[in-house]
Amino acid sequence: MSLDKLEEIAAKVRKQEHSYRMKLFVCCGAGCLSSGAGEVLEQLKKTVEAQGLQNEIGVFPTGCMGPCNQGPLVRVRPDDTIYEKFTGPDIESLVECHCRQGQRVKAKLLFAETGGPTFEKSSDYPFFKLQHRIALENCGLINPESLEEYIATGGYRALYHALTGLSREEVVAEIKQSGLRGRGGAGYPTGLKWEMVYKYVSDEKYVICNGDEGDPGAFMDRGILEGDPHRVLEGMAIAAYAVGAKKGYLYVRAEYPLAIKRFELAIKSAKAQHLLGPQILGTDFAFEVEIRVGAGAFVCGEETALIASIEGKRGQPRPRPPYPAEKGLWGKPTLINNVETFANIAPIILKGGEWYAAIGTPKSTGTKAFALAGKIKNTGLIEVPMGTSLRQILFEIGGGVPDGKKFKAAQTGGPSGGCIPEQHLDVPVDFENITKVGSIMGSGGLIVMDEESSMVDVARFFMEFCMDESCGKCVPCRVGTQQMYDLLDKICEGRGTAKDLALLEELAPLVRETSLCGLGMTAPNPLLSTLRYFRDEYLALLNPEEPAAPTPAASAR
Amino acid sequence: MQEVKSAAKPETGPPTRTDTRYKRISAAMAKHQRRPDALIEILHKVQDAFGYVPAEAMQFIAREMRIPPARIYGVVTFYHFFSLKPKGKHNCVICTGTACHVRGAQAIAREIEKGLHLKPGQTTPDGKLGVQIARCIGCCGLAPAVVLDDHVLAKVKPESIVEMLRTHIGGKK
Repeated sequence: MSLDKLEEIAAKVRKQEHSYRMKLFVCCGAGCLSSGAGEVLEQLKKTVEAQGLQNEIGVFPTGCMGPCNQGPLVRVRPDDTIYEKFTGPDIESLVECHCRQGQRVKAKLLFAETGGPTFEKSSDYPFFKLQHRIALENCGLINPESLEEYIATGGYRALYHALTGLSREEVVAEIKQSGLRGRGGAGYPTGLKWEMVYKYVSDEKYVICNGDEGDPGAFMDRGILEGDPHRVLEGMAIAAYAVGAKKGYLYVRAEYPLAIKRFELAIKSAKAQHLLGPQILGTDFAFEVEIRVGAGAFVCGEETALIASIEGKRGQPRPRPPYPAEKGLWGKPTLINNVETFANIAPIILKGGEWYAAIGTPKSTGTKAFALAGKIKNTGLIEVPMGTSLRQILFEIGGGVPDGKKFKAAQTGGPSGGCIPEQHLDVPVDFENITKVGSIMGSGGLIVMDEESSMVDVARFFMEFCMDESCGKCVPCRVGTQQMYDLLDKICEGRGTAKDLALLEELAPLVRETSLCGLGMTAPNPLLSTLRYFRDEYLALLNPEEPAAPTPAASAR
Repeated sequence: MQEVKSAAKPETGPPTRTDTRYKRISAAMAKHQRRPDALIEILHKVQDAFGYVPAEAMQFIAREMRIPPARIYGVVTFYHFFSLKPKGKHNCVICTGTACHVRGAQAIAREIEKGLHLKPGQTTPDGKLGVQIARCIGCCGLAPAVVLDDHVLAKVKPESIVEMLRTHIGGKK
């Protein structure tokens, strides 16, 4: 494989694409597949063929388009029209009206069902207009199971450029200049991490892609892995070249079978074209990637626990330092980045770190993918420039709270994050500002609560999660989360007293400061942030009648 | 610890050494050259083949891969995905992620408990239906979601879940 060969493949795909007058893309992301997209794809193909249109109209599967709750979605190109809730009966009218006569099927346009304004061109929707897609660039536009289509969009050119035109230091420098920060949640500068691993001298080094997307309510990584797996693979290969690794692992949740299947296929087809394996793109650079499937343990998203899990052990974290950059997988220097981080690498190498740094805010550059869910009209997957206000994300893109209900809070960062109330809706969403209002950026789950949601119940929900997922290695987390859960449960059930609340507030900082890893350190966050903004709700639940017992029921368990 | 006892006598009868399913596991071990770090991959194959991780299978892997049985047991019990007990013939997984939680996952669990007397983690006495919970299946746009035999049911109405399960078990033997 050489650059000429890449261009040749790209030209071939483009030629074939141009031979179609019209192309129909059926979203085959996990959301749409659950709503029956697979059948739509098959039937659509059959109908087009039955009508003898197969030479002018192409039907293709594609990755997540974004507005998941309106699925199954069908996108028509080049008209750029998206149809929603697309099922069997709609196929005839699409082929007859749109494909043959060029008339849009108005009743099926995106958001027609929810009464939102509809547009003939998808780019006119506020939902898409305010987005800036870099990591999700190809999602919903190409067939994720086709290496050739990825190459046609410019795929593997960044790898070629890095291998033939840049030294390893220059690749690291480019990433540093981009200001890219880890998209897994903590926001550590990616360039610095790469530099550290690059500097350690070792006969073996590893690159790990963290796809253990455990935060409930987050599905960005899933969307990327399912919609554009080659982008992640290319990012990993560039990273491996920069830091000097020959072997990489994708650690992915077992709950994402489709992502596993598509990534496996991506590895296989990349290998067949010498984009993975020995002598990549005709150079001396060699790189292999293996998939490791998680087995349902939230703590494995923590990097040292993840490493233990890849080694086939119980996924328990260990104290840091030494950081994985120094002693990681099998004691060797290891680079661990999140899926979304890797998805940003290829564009940075192609367009330059400066280009990326110009997007977003000075300290949080670039874009961030978010998964909108909960009590919000347009649930789904989006990507916006850093610094976009929460109000814009939730109300202009997300369409606000449905059923005329009032917005109460937005939860970011999953079990490690917090709730942002209405008065902070104008906060620009970036690493610093989200922290200032008492939550964290997190991996990108954004869950909206309306007036009906009890914030104490939300705090209890996350505490139960942390209690169940605590690996049990350190006492503050193992025992602390249990005690906090019991106290919260007691308050939720109306049996709590002022003393219980005081005890909770005493326990929270203790757990935060003494736990071994991020799980325990951040477990009190949902509690603390709801206490900060919704203390009234806690107070309203307290039972003034209950005699202040010397020992809370919790400690007796 | 209670789980261990029930694992000793699985309801479907102990798998025997001549069981063809062991062949699949042997093949997987060979593929990974019996490297101990592939343990989780092998356990996935076991869970896949038997629907749970029988004690006999753990002993089999221990011998073949030269890993202490205690370590294997430790790994199996650490990860939610591996079960020491056989699951039901049909399985209903209630997603309890945040989005599903705020949109009524608890009500779904309550209805199933009320209508079918099954709590999450339990299986009907005849082994036909098992109910489990998942942390988040990543279909948050479709909340509340239930996975019925690998098929995702979107925006499930709590009041209709019991009927749906009954039809599913009755209709598909």
